Parts: sequence; structure tokens; C-alpha cells
Amino acid sequence: MNLDFAIDILLLGFMAVIAIAVVRMRDLFGIAMLFSLFSLLSAGVFTVMDAADVAFTEASVGAGISTILILATLTRTVREEKPRKSRNPTVPLVVVFVTGALLIFGTSDLPRLGDPTAPIHTHVAPRYIQDSAREIGIPNIVTSVLASYRGYDTLGETTVIFTAGVVVMALLGVRRRRKRKDDEEAPG
Amino acid sequence: MLHHTVLRVVAKLLIPVILLFALYVQFHGDYSPGGGFQAGVIFAAGIILYALIFGLEDTMEALPPGVLKILSASGVMIYAGVGLETMLLGGNYLDYNFLAHEPTHGQHLGIFLVEMGVGTTVFSTMLLLYYAFAGREPGQ
Amino acid sequence: MTFLNLYNYEIAIFLAMVGFYVVVSRGNLVKKVAGLSMFQTSVFILYISMGVVTGGTVPIIVEAGAIYSNPLPHVLILTAIVVGVATTAVALSLIIRIKEAYGTVEEDEIHEQDESF
Repeated sequence: MNLDFAIDILLLGFMAVIAIAVVRMRDLFGIAMLFSLFSLLSAGVFTVMDAADVAFTEASVGAGISTILILATLTRTVREEKPRKSRNPTVPLVVVFVTGALLIFGTSDLPRLGDPTAPIHTHVAPRYIQDSAREIGIPNIVTSVLASYRGYDTLGETTVIFTAGVVVMALLGVRRRRKRKDDEEAPG
Repeated sequence: MLHHTVLRVVAKLLIPVILLFALYVQFHGDYSPGGGFQAGVIFAAGIILYALIFGLEDTMEALPPGVLKILSASGVMIYAGVGLETMLLGGNYLDYNFLAHEPTHGQHLGIFLVEMGVGTTVFSTMLLLYYAFAGREPGQ
Repeated sequence: MTFLNLYNYEIAIFLAMVGFYVVVSRGNLVKKVAGLSMFQTSVFILYISMGVVTGGTVPIIVEAGAIYSNPLPHVLILTAIVVGVATTAVALSLIIRIKEAYGTVEEDEIHEQDESF
């Protein structure tokens, strides 16, 4: 049992505890904080699994921007969840259980974790890993695949971010707030 | 005001470092984990920290929403423009080999420009999202 | 013994199902969005687990001939993370508008007010 495995199990165990706590908690500010912690722990899991770019992005986007937006939403809406009246709790549990069982049955055929001869590692990836240094010449393979080999997808992703900005501006509106002249701010 | 003093002093020390780190991540995306997305988000997080401590009005004076709207559109246009440029130079859309006299130099230049476009769009959109959420008056 | 070899997948599926349960069984819209985002994050863990290579390292070339982890899932999940935050932002702004229009963010009360559902 090496250290990678132990850290991996520890972090995933913490994430499971946080997920169950989010289900049971009613205070929405607490849920926002737990959500931020969930994102940070998942960034840790990504680092242990050698995905440095992904961990970077998940930590900054999930634990940063997403948490800020949820907190900003909570200041404009309610702070506590109201208890659900007269709803049968067993139907969602059964649905979730059946879906989970089907998914675990479906993933039981996957190759062992980290198997170098798995199909995912032998089809397209070796060409990128071997030819990226010669054709593009930058050390970071993820950046070369993202920006050059799969550049169309990144163009679409940038357009999606821009569209989300446009939609939020259309829904909420950004108006320039000016300081009122009779509002004297005490310096420093 | 004592607790605000600690926040203000620490923020004044940290925000330039955060912005500089964001620029480092942007330009070193070729050699270490990083790139446009992470850099844009970290830059926006630095400005959001400034807005949380010093007020939204001061931040809107420094970075007006009109400028951010232009920046977010121009980021996408830079990206699409690089593709059109390679087509004008004789290659396919987004074929960076044609941007310079040597293919790898063209790739370097193309990736640099494209990541700049992505970083600009991500930064301005994240900041605009924050402006929209935080500037919403209750009951508006 | 095969289940122990696939522990990452199983824990990721468990986390996804907890997020799914939050979406399905709770009535508060903000909590549903948080559960959906947790579901997305656990799907990312599922994908990144597929790209791990034992004995491999971060896919940044330092010397020729070393073993690297598969970079393709990393690229896919990078895009997915940013698209996920974009959709979360749109969903949260819709919730703010719903609160202003209906006065509540509980699903039951919105259904009572608007009988056209």
C-alpha cells in the first residue's frame, strides 16, 4: 500500500463525508462553505492523480468563483432551507440506489486503475505524447493539445464563457454604481 | 474600524502579488501547469478581493463595466482572428504552422496569441459576473 | 478483488449519487444547484481516474522516454470545469430572478403560485 493510494482514499473519504453533510444540512451558508471545501479536496485528488492543470483550474474556479457566486446569490435570497412537507423520502432513495447499482455494474468491466495497456492509453495519446515535442516544441503537453491539436474545442469553450457572461448581463444587468457625493469615505 | 484595518493592510500587500502571479501563470503556460483559463480566473479573483475590501464603487471606477464588456468580446475575436489570419496566409483555419517562417515558431506564436485571447475573455467575464451578482440591489 | 482495483470509480459514483439525491429530493433551488455542481465534480474524478498510468507523472516533458499520464482526459475536463462554472452562474442568476418574481426559492411554493406547471 503506497502513499498515493492512502492519500487518495483519505481525500475521497473526506469528500464522501462532506457530501452526506450537504444533504443533511439546512443552513445554506454552511452548504456554500462545504461546497468550497469539496472543490478544494477534489483539487487535491486531481493532484495525487497527476493532473496538475486540472487541479489548478478546479481549485481556482471551484473553490474561488463558484463559491463567490453562490454566496452572492445567498445574500439576495434566503439563508435557510425550509423543511419539505409531506413528501415520500423512499422514492428518491430507490431511484438513486438503482442508478448507482447500474453504474457500478457498468464500470466493473473497466481495466484496472493505472493499467498502461488499457485502450485509452494506446490509441491516440501516444501520438500526442511522442510528437508534441517535435511538432510544437513546448514542454506542457496539455497546453499543446488544448491550444493547438484541439484548438476548435477551446474556441467553442471561450464562446461558451462569453455567452454565459452575455446571459447573466441580460438577466441581471450591470449598471455602473457611482459614489454619492455626500458619502465621504474615511481614508485608509 | 480596527478589524477593517487588518483586512485593508493585508489586501494591499497581497493584491499586487496575486495579479503578478496571474500574469506568471498566463505566460508560463507552456512550461508549467497553467494557461489562459487559470490566469484569467486568478486575475479576476485578485480584483474581486479588492472589491470585497474596498467597495464595489471604487472597483467600478478602476474597471468600468463598459471596458469589461469590450474586453470579453475582443478576447473571443482575438482567438477567431488568429484562425482567419492563418487562412489568409494560405493554410487551414487555426493552422499555426503558417504564422511564421518556421512551423514550431508559428506554433509558439499561435499558442501565445490564443492563450492571450482566452485569458482576456475569462478574466473580464468572471469580473462581469461578480459585478452583476454583487451590484444587484435587493428588491430591484 | 476486482472491486478494490476500481475503488476510485466506485467512490466517484457514490459521490455522484449523493449529488443526484440532493437534486431530486430537496426543494430548495440553491441547494439543488450546489448538488448538481457536486455531481459534476465527481464525474470529473471518474474521468481523471481513467487517465492515470501507474509509474507515470504529470504530462510535462522533462526528458525523452519517460512515462507520462494520459493528457487527453485532462484537456477534456479542463473544458468541462469552465463550462460547468458558466452554467452554474447562469442557473444562480435565474434563481435570483425567480426569487424576485415569486418571492420564494422553494419548489413547492413556486408550484402553488404558478398553476401552469
